[in-house]
Amino acid sequence: MTSNIEDQAAGHHPTLLTVATRKGLWLYHGDPARKAWRADGPHFLGHIINHVVLDPRDGRTLLAAAKTGHLGPTIFRSTDLGQSWKEAAQPPAFATATDGQAGRAVDHTFWLTPGHADETDVWYAGTSPQGLFRSEDGGVTWTPFSCLNDDPVYRQWMGSVQDGTPDGPKLHSIIVDPRNAAHLYLAMSGGGVHESEDRGQTFKPLIQGLDVVEGFDRSDATFHDPHCMRLCAANPDRLYQQNHCGIYRLDRPSDTWQNIGKNMPDAVGSIGFPLVVHPRDADTAWVFPMDGTSVWPRTSPGGKPAVYVTRDGGGTWQRLDTGLPVSQAWWTVKRQAMAADNHDPVGLYFGTTSGELWMSRDEGRHWECIAQHLPEIYAVEAAVRA
Amino acid sequence: MRWKPPCAHSAAPVKVLIPSALRSYTERADAEASGDTLAEALADLDRHYPGIRFRMIDEQQRIRPHIRFFVDGVQARDLAQPLSAAGELVIVQALSGG
Repeated sequence: MTSNIEDQAAGHHPTLLTVATRKGLWLYHGDPARKAWRADGPHFLGHIINHVVLDPRDGRTLLAAAKTGHLGPTIFRSTDLGQSWKEAAQPPAFATATDGQAGRAVDHTFWLTPGHADETDVWYAGTSPQGLFRSEDGGVTWTPFSCLNDDPVYRQWMGSVQDGTPDGPKLHSIIVDPRNAAHLYLAMSGGGVHESEDRGQTFKPLIQGLDVVEGFDRSDATFHDPHCMRLCAANPDRLYQQNHCGIYRLDRPSDTWQNIGKNMPDAVGSIGFPLVVHPRDADTAWVFPMDGTSVWPRTSPGGKPAVYVTRDGGGTWQRLDTGLPVSQAWWTVKRQAMAADNHDPVGLYFGTTSGELWMSRDEGRHWECIAQHLPEIYAVEAAVRA
Repeated sequence: MRWKPPCAHSAAPVKVLIPSALRSYTERADAEASGDTLAEALADLDRHYPGIRFRMIDEQQRIRPHIRFFVDGVQARDLAQPLSAAGELVIVQALSGG
């Protein structure tokens, strides 16, 4: 009898991609060889879908963060891989303000993270404006972490709509330590990276070693803008981060991030949004650089898109662009729109701002487009189904 | 804190016209709701179609930016707006974006 990992390595399990877009959700079902893909969608046509995540603990529950241009935000839940959906009874919402105070309202849920493997019904959500929420019933009802959401210091670090990204400040990259359900990381864009060791009762900044925009105080969390943070499953003491000012690695118990973006080619730079880590090799990570010069065009540098990989923890980087357009391709990839499966070799996937879905079944060496003409892609997640 | 609907009301229901964006809840273009005020009518609507109110009213009890209510033909800007028995409430999704 083979182990689950051996089965996956042999490619015996199908892959599911969740593709969240500005106009709805698509699911792509891949055959075990990852060569044939069946599109299932659109779901929620016309809804803005920011993130859709398959629960790895049961392999069939999907949560989708949704809103429309006209209606308030909500969460949809499916327990049959998207065949049917039911709305959350109590979506993420901030506490009602006390008299005389200006309360905040969730504009959209931006990020969804399943809880620890031992906490089977726990989910976390990050929102815009920035807030942290938790569900203990599989995503049906959600409650706010007022200790963070209403803390005056954190509120200052979170800033206002004017301080955030173009469509609002976002709390994202919520990470649960696979060894300890009480150990959490999260990132605030802007507002820095933060850590909790008591199940989210208290948080503390984790920003040492990170650069900020020239002229600002790097000791102030307000000025930090993490774009995407990942923990390595192969070594949960290692974190990678794509940041507004570069690419970083953190090896715990150290509190000081190491700048590994300085090793990227000067002509490409180290600015971007997504970052993906290898499921079994903590020295391997992939990024998708974008043009962060002058007014921040947020396009592929020079109109020549490429993924960059490091296989030595950020010491060196190699360009991976075989199969990608060689010129005049001005799209980019958003922070949630790049993912890896856990096959061997690892499959990589990204969705573009121009609505194309690309994949590589050999860890980025060769790329092919598996879908075109979708709406702008906001998030891609890959899951290998048991 | 989660908003709690008040108790059901016994007044003659108003006719509520539902915009297309909210018909996933009602599965029809019109509905009925009871209440002396807009707030009460929306609470009653939410009892029959759970979740519909939060798509229109945020957690601070503010009307969401692209939602408009018209009570007997006059725009209502306040949830305390009185309703007339057997009147009409029109919910409009303002057009925006692309």
